[in-house]
Amino acid sequence: MNSSWEREAVRLMSDANDSGKTQVNDIDRSIYDFRYDEKDFYRNDPGLTEEIVSKLSDDKHDPAWMKEFRLKSLAIYNELKLTNWGPDIGDLHMEHIATYVRPNTKMQGDWKDVPQDIKDTFEKLGIPEAERTSLAGVGAQYDSELVYHNVRDEVAKQGVVYTDFESALWGPYADMIREHFMHLVTPRDHKFAALHGAVWSGGSFVYVPKGVHLTFPLQSYFRLNAKGAGQFEHTLIIVDEGADLHFIEGCSAPKYNVANIHAGCVELYVAKNAHLRYSTIENWSKNMYNLNTKRAKVEEGGTIEWVSGSFGSHVSYLYPESDLVGERARAEFTGITFAGSGQNLDTGAKMVHKAPHTSSVITTKSISKGGGISTYRSAVYIAKNAAGSKASVSCQSLMLDSNSRSDTIPAMEVLTDDVDVGHEAKIGRISNEAVFYLMSRGISEEEARSMIVSGFANPVSKELPLEYAVEMNNLIRLEMKGTL
Amino acid sequence: MGNPLLDVQHISVSIDEKQVLHDVSLQIGKGETHVLMGPNGAGKSTLGNMLLGNPVYHLDGGKIIFGGKDIDGEKTDQRAKDGMFLSFQNPLEVPGISLETFIRSSLQQRTGEHVKLFQFQKDLKAAMQLLNMDESYASRDLNVGFSGGERKKSEILQLLMLNPSFAVLDETDSGLDVDAVRTVSKGIEEYQKKRDGALLIITHSTKILESLHVDFTHVLVKGTIVKTGDGALVQEINEHGFEQFLGTGGSEAHE
Repeated sequence: MNSSWEREAVRLMSDANDSGKTQVNDIDRSIYDFRYDEKDFYRNDPGLTEEIVSKLSDDKHDPAWMKEFRLKSLAIYNELKLTNWGPDIGDLHMEHIATYVRPNTKMQGDWKDVPQDIKDTFEKLGIPEAERTSLAGVGAQYDSELVYHNVRDEVAKQGVVYTDFESALWGPYADMIREHFMHLVTPRDHKFAALHGAVWSGGSFVYVPKGVHLTFPLQSYFRLNAKGAGQFEHTLIIVDEGADLHFIEGCSAPKYNVANIHAGCVELYVAKNAHLRYSTIENWSKNMYNLNTKRAKVEEGGTIEWVSGSFGSHVSYLYPESDLVGERARAEFTGITFAGSGQNLDTGAKMVHKAPHTSSVITTKSISKGGGISTYRSAVYIAKNAAGSKASVSCQSLMLDSNSRSDTIPAMEVLTDDVDVGHEAKIGRISNEAVFYLMSRGISEEEARSMIVSGFANPVSKELPLEYAVEMNNLIRLEMKGTL
Repeated sequence: MGNPLLDVQHISVSIDEKQVLHDVSLQIGKGETHVLMGPNGAGKSTLGNMLLGNPVYHLDGGKIIFGGKDIDGEKTDQRAKDGMFLSFQNPLEVPGISLETFIRSSLQQRTGEHVKLFQFQKDLKAAMQLLNMDESYASRDLNVGFSGGERKKSEILQLLMLNPSFAVLDETDSGLDVDAVRTVSKGIEEYQKKRDGALLIITHSTKILESLHVDFTHVLVKGTIVKTGDGALVQEINEHGFEQFLGTGGSEAHE
């Protein structure tokens, strides 16, 4: 992992001096920052009580076990304390949050049946276009419920299930869901996992049968339009033996001056020799508390690949975990985090090696700007029986000005000697010499800086689906605009 | 000459409040090739950097007129758009941007026009052939993992593709083996002849000059030009070194 690129990053980002003074303007996020009225929407009372959770369950026509699960989760929520590490979430008051906002429509299988406002929203976000050109199936969630779900016929014919969670609870896969739902991430995990267990709504269920390889990705898009509300979607994916899936999730929201919360949960089951790539572009508005939990369990010879871009939200806690439980299971996490003004993003990954000859690779980049705080936090655990395993961690941070912050907090716990473990962390700034070099060819200073930042992000952006890579570069450009 | 392309008038230049150049004047006409020689630490690179407006250097006095315009206060990218170019002594690695993308973006920014891909790639291929550069370098990240020789070739490739009216070549020959020097010279010759480009070649060896026509030679010692002559002066320095000039420079020496 000590490639020339890594070595060069140090030179390029020499933190020798910071004379390039930086003035940060407010960011124009107008491409995401549009919103609509909630007319005719149903919204539950703010706060978290047994009555509210009970009513939510009734409104959603849960099976009995689910209602029980919700109430138990609520009890755990009330019992658990907040973490004593990480960014401050003192301004998040659950008593002001509406946990359930139902749009004025049922889920549709045809775009033309989706209400106009909502259709406009997803048109602006490019979802129908992507569905036509490059996806095998699409789910679109608006506030608390899916408003559209569709999967190509030829994919469905292969036995692939891709559906909203609510109908899956009653369908032929009900037992499978009950066996897996919140078994990887349990309500006991942390306070917001318990919250999720109590008020989850929406999300997708995916099952890819043995040996089926999907050529095109499936994509779910989550849009939180409501003010002072939460989104708690649950994503459960089971990729059976030897199967192959690429799943993409995107999320965004318009900005409000009150807190919103996102506490979704993603559970991924990767069976023997199966392969799952899970890509995320997260673009929440800067009033969002993003307290999301993601976990994958990987059996023998299976592979999970996480690709993650975190750009939005006011505060994020996000550390996708991979449990490598079968021999030769592999996990890769490739992520980028961009913390701008008013953002405190605490992101990273966790790798748990529980079987011999497992391997994990973490590659992250973080960028902070305009007083933004970016913290890379990771944990690699190698159990005693995981002999012959390999783990490598590489995290690089780029600070674009002197009032931004970047921290790296990597932890490793290795209980066997027979392992190959590597770690490197680098924090730096854009070197003025590199800017001068680009400018000497006729490139403006602003362009030179954004080229360097895009180049820094490139190892991650090239892993993203094309339209998201373009989006990410546009975001960087947007974030870099007016930084001089 | 009438109006020179570059007219450096009595400039004094400092870095970190230490003066490096004292009262330096220099005129370079269109298509002329000038050589700037001098011992290490004489301030040669400072002059090149000052001409391109590296913000680390400060112009304490004098004027730089380029293309009839006083360029003091102009940013580096504007100077490049005016037609200046600097081949770096230590070209920087920029991960994530390919050499080809970099050159094309530069061209687009210089001209403000869209650069047609087909013609661009044809030109790029031809220029790379001239410089014995493997085509695969075009898609590699800018200078990343390039050998010293490939980096210098990449600089000359940029020179040929961007086609400025005036280029400073800062120690383009340093660290190169004989074959690489010959190849790089070929590129410089192409720029001289076919494009009628003006050059300021900074060097402290003479290898690179063997096959190039030189109009003027300047010797810089301790921040001052102590002697100006024609191409023959190169030969003289080649034989006798800088010894004869060492007592004649400015009052301060700088590394």
